[in-house]
Amino acid sequence: MRGGADRRDWSGLLFVLPFLTAYLIILIYPLLSGMALSFQRVDLFGGGRFVGFDNYARLFADETFVRSVLNTFALALMIVPLLTVIALSLALALNRATRGAAVFRGVFFSSSVLSVTIVTLIWRFVLAPDAGLLGETAQAIGAEPIPFLSHPTWSLWALAITTIWWSVGLPMMLFLAGLQQIPGDVYEAAALDRASRWTTFWRVTLPALRRTLVLVVMLQTAAQLQIFGQAQLLTGGGPGGSTRTMVLFIFESAFARWELGYATAAAEILFLLIVLITLTQYVTTMRASEGEDGR
Amino acid sequence: MAAEASRSRWSPLTLLAILLAAAVMLAPLIWTLLLSLKENEALIGNSGAALSPPYTLENYRSILQGNQVFRWLVNSIIVSGGTTIGVLALCSLAGFGFARLDFPFRRTLFIFVLLGLAIPEQAVILPQHQLFADLRLHNSYPGLILPGLAGPFGVFFMTQYMRAIPKELDEAAMLDGASRFTLFWKVLLPLTMPAQATLGVFTFLASWNAYWWPLISATRSDMYTLTVGLAAAQMNYAQTSGLGFLMAQAVFASIPIFIVYVLFQKQIVRAMAGTAVR
Repeated sequence: MRGGADRRDWSGLLFVLPFLTAYLIILIYPLLSGMALSFQRVDLFGGGRFVGFDNYARLFADETFVRSVLNTFALALMIVPLLTVIALSLALALNRATRGAAVFRGVFFSSSVLSVTIVTLIWRFVLAPDAGLLGETAQAIGAEPIPFLSHPTWSLWALAITTIWWSVGLPMMLFLAGLQQIPGDVYEAAALDRASRWTTFWRVTLPALRRTLVLVVMLQTAAQLQIFGQAQLLTGGGPGGSTRTMVLFIFESAFARWELGYATAAAEILFLLIVLITLTQYVTTMRASEGEDGR
Repeated sequence: MAAEASRSRWSPLTLLAILLAAAVMLAPLIWTLLLSLKENEALIGNSGAALSPPYTLENYRSILQGNQVFRWLVNSIIVSGGTTIGVLALCSLAGFGFARLDFPFRRTLFIFVLLGLAIPEQAVILPQHQLFADLRLHNSYPGLILPGLAGPFGVFFMTQYMRAIPKELDEAAMLDGASRFTLFWKVLLPLTMPAQATLGVFTFLASWNAYWWPLISATRSDMYTLTVGLAAAQMNYAQTSGLGFLMAQAVFASIPIFIVYVLFQKQIVRAMAGTAVR
């Protein structure tokens, strides 16, 4: 310490050091070694051999991988818009200071605290045609049960429905927090203008929620591109690879076929996709909002 | 929020929609609970039997009579508890350093840590697995806890919180000759209790529900956490125990987390809203 008043010295670093050590060893080092790993061929007995872009070239030629990318995009496109609209509707309906609204908020958030294994366990026996709740209901009314888990066209929807049920709570809470920020006098002004509720929603509420909306879509897109547990546990990627997601592909490549370099290359592609997509979402929406402000 | 809108009653149509949505939300949970209360034999080939009595607690009794589920519960408590304590300690120290002290490269290091927020689990999990294999940490508690300590969100969160506390406090304490650690321990830490609670609950939940890492790190069934154990149970379901017992495990596994949820609802909601401010 050189001066009592001047606290600019190295001792402050001591407080940051324990976390920095963990951060460097457990997060940054693996991040970098993963990039290196993706250029190697690594087999069960360890020992990497540098193969350049070979893993990447093989991935793009691998039908199973390409299919998993398409499945992942399809799932994200099924889940994110629906989830956003449902969560926003719930938030609008439950943004009240009544006891009833509080109870319902609790109900819609309750599934979010469950783990993916409990959620899939629950939904397996809702969706299963022979032993599930939907199957039993269909039988009771004399209808043919939908083969949610065993038919290629339905299986993606099985994952989407399960995921929406599981994760609707967080975006709903984010929208509720956003709604709380809107000052009441904006609505009073709209009421004075005799704006209909529909007009008020489009002209007042939605623009005020734009930041929350962007956040929800970005968070959800990033999350859904990484869908894993649902696909692994509910459908095992099947039938016929129709629900194999990118992360499931990575998992299988690494821990069923023990191709660590190959799996890591796939993980790097996913990483790149997540960064690119969320960044594009951010930049385009921010530019759009700047344009509107400048009008 | 418009005060007028917030107190008005729901229109019948809105109420109907809410009730319908709530039914969709709750039906799977109730169905699971009912299945867990049935004898396994009664459900074979006829799960619809769950809708009518007789009900029994037999499946829960089998869990309590020394089942692996119990061991998994203990593992989950150790891992989630350890992760939470570790995260709170590391992030409080780092948050204090970044927010209240000045040292060379402070800003650069803080930005370096913030960049970590953009790293998804997928980009690091396979090399992490390799690293932990080299260190022979798989199938151990440190192996399950350590990866949870490296996430930068808590540091960001604690730094923000500590920045908002008036600086005059530090100066007064320093005049009294307090060391930096005394300042941290005696003055600042007590003031951050609400933030500790929020970050703590958030970390505990995330760790309790973690799946990817414990799935590949804990491969011995006596080291499974509840989350991984339940995955194994549902994969082996056909061969081993019955449907009622399986669902009783699911209910049993969700009881601790629902208790945490009910007790800490405020902190959880605040943590969620916190991500919005980010």
